[in-house]
Amino acid sequence: MKPGRRDVLVLIVLALYAAPFFWQALTSLRPDSELLPLTHLWPSRLTLAHFDVVFRQSLMPRAIVNSLGVALISTALAVGLGTLAAYALARLPVPGRSVILLGMIAATAFPQIATVSPLYLLMRGLGLRDTWLALILANGSFALPLVIWLLAGFVREIPHALEEAAAVDGADRVATLRWVVLPLVAPGMASAALLAFLFSWNEFLFAYTFTATEASRTVPVALALFPGVFEVPWGDIAAASLLASLPPIFIVVAFQRYLVRGLLAGAHRE
Amino acid sequence: MMRAARSMAREAADRRLGWLLVSPALVVLGGLTVYPALWVLWLSLQYRIPVFSISRWAGFEQFRFLLVDPRFWNAAWVTLVFTVGSVALECALGLAVALGLRGQHRGRRLALGLLLLAWALPSVVTAKMFEWLYHPSGGLVNFLLGGRTVNWLGDPGLALPALIVADVWRSTPFVALLCYARLLTISPDLYEAAQVDGAAGVQAFTRITWPLVRPILLVALLFRTLDALRAFDIMFVLTGGGPAGATETLTVYAYRALFQTLQIGFGSAIGVVVFALVMLVAVGYLRLISRESEAA
Repeated sequence: MKPGRRDVLVLIVLALYAAPFFWQALTSLRPDSELLPLTHLWPSRLTLAHFDVVFRQSLMPRAIVNSLGVALISTALAVGLGTLAAYALARLPVPGRSVILLGMIAATAFPQIATVSPLYLLMRGLGLRDTWLALILANGSFALPLVIWLLAGFVREIPHALEEAAAVDGADRVATLRWVVLPLVAPGMASAALLAFLFSWNEFLFAYTFTATEASRTVPVALALFPGVFEVPWGDIAAASLLASLPPIFIVVAFQRYLVRGLLAGAHRE
Repeated sequence: MMRAARSMAREAADRRLGWLLVSPALVVLGGLTVYPALWVLWLSLQYRIPVFSISRWAGFEQFRFLLVDPRFWNAAWVTLVFTVGSVALECALGLAVALGLRGQHRGRRLALGLLLLAWALPSVVTAKMFEWLYHPSGGLVNFLLGGRTVNWLGDPGLALPALIVADVWRSTPFVALLCYARLLTISPDLYEAAQVDGAAGVQAFTRITWPLVRPILLVALLFRTLDALRAFDIMFVLTGGGPAGATETLTVYAYRALFQTLQIGFGSAIGVVVFALVMLVAVGYLRLISRESEAA
């Protein structure tokens, strides 16, 4: 195929692929009167009314705060605990570490639907229903096995010689971890953190089950339960789902390299 | 002597430090992953219906009931069709996209960004997006078909294929990115050598590309199978399992039993079945990679 013709073909495929997302964006700007039934591809005018409704009359602003808070804290939890554990499992003579690592791989495959009922009973028993803490604990622990697995792999890539050189210079293990290993594994931590953040931002089942009010409802739950008075407010929902997409868009644009690295490393669990 | 004693002391210190560093993570996982995983097995062996204050031992009765429960078998069938259909399409399209990307220079970064975005979006957003695309009178799909009013999600024969299409949109990028990364590591020299030997086009694909990309495609296939078996959000939000159970997977059935009819024990039993299925696939995967690393 000629390069020019090939470019056109690729462009068409790309446009087709982007169409669902583009359509949602256009819907969020389309006046209500032109939504149902759909008569013209292009709206006669664009409006910000749907965003106005979402910002002023819906739970979305509050849900965005909840989602951001839960995602940031659960990511910090998973990456903090995960880094320490990963270093130990990759470098230190922890008894039973091959069994622990195997358990981590198994845990990455756990279906949420199987643990949601006991977790619900646990959260209720602890009085954590409808709190951030319930979601932070659930999301953080769910992301932890993958984070440990990824980071153990990244730590193993660091040459032993660097740590040995630090030991010869009199640095103990903790100082070596802090000053030699951590800076080198920082890009890996970024990859793991992005995956953990995305998991928590996108997580639906736990949030849908453990939350009850706007005190802790996250973005996916608010979107799934988006209220309509007489009919489904498709324009408002489109505007809300665009807002829900902003963090993933930002991550994909700003941190593409780290995201791809984490995605690829996560697939090589061997 | 002294050196040996010092290295032993260091070894013991390392072991202590190791435990110290691992234990916080293990405590969290023990409490929030292992304990619930054991608890759900326990729950599945009980009748637990809190609203009627029912809480008694059931043994394997609920699993025995599942064997003759037509709704369970319908859900198992839907899960199977969804998994096989979406994973097969995702692998075929993912490989095609990866091959297309490799030969393409202009717009490659944009394409990668777009693929990553589709993969990174919340599945609830994807579900809402497709719900609107499929809308009988306001949806883009019907509009592009010339103003039809097909009720994609309301027709029992169309809902499951429509759901699979949404999942394929969302998950093909995962397969494509894995395959693309593998393709980039294949040296162009190999293809040049093949061309000299008179192998080009289809032969170059079957002799060079396919053997090298096959292992990673297998990995992608297994990961996608795991995810498809435990998928919940997309069907729950897009169709809610309807119409008439046409898209009710095992996960949706489990959720309904757990939190809509509040049969904690029975719902847990269905959850355990999903758990067992996923673990079966995971073990298959572990055996496969251990075999491949032995061969390597």
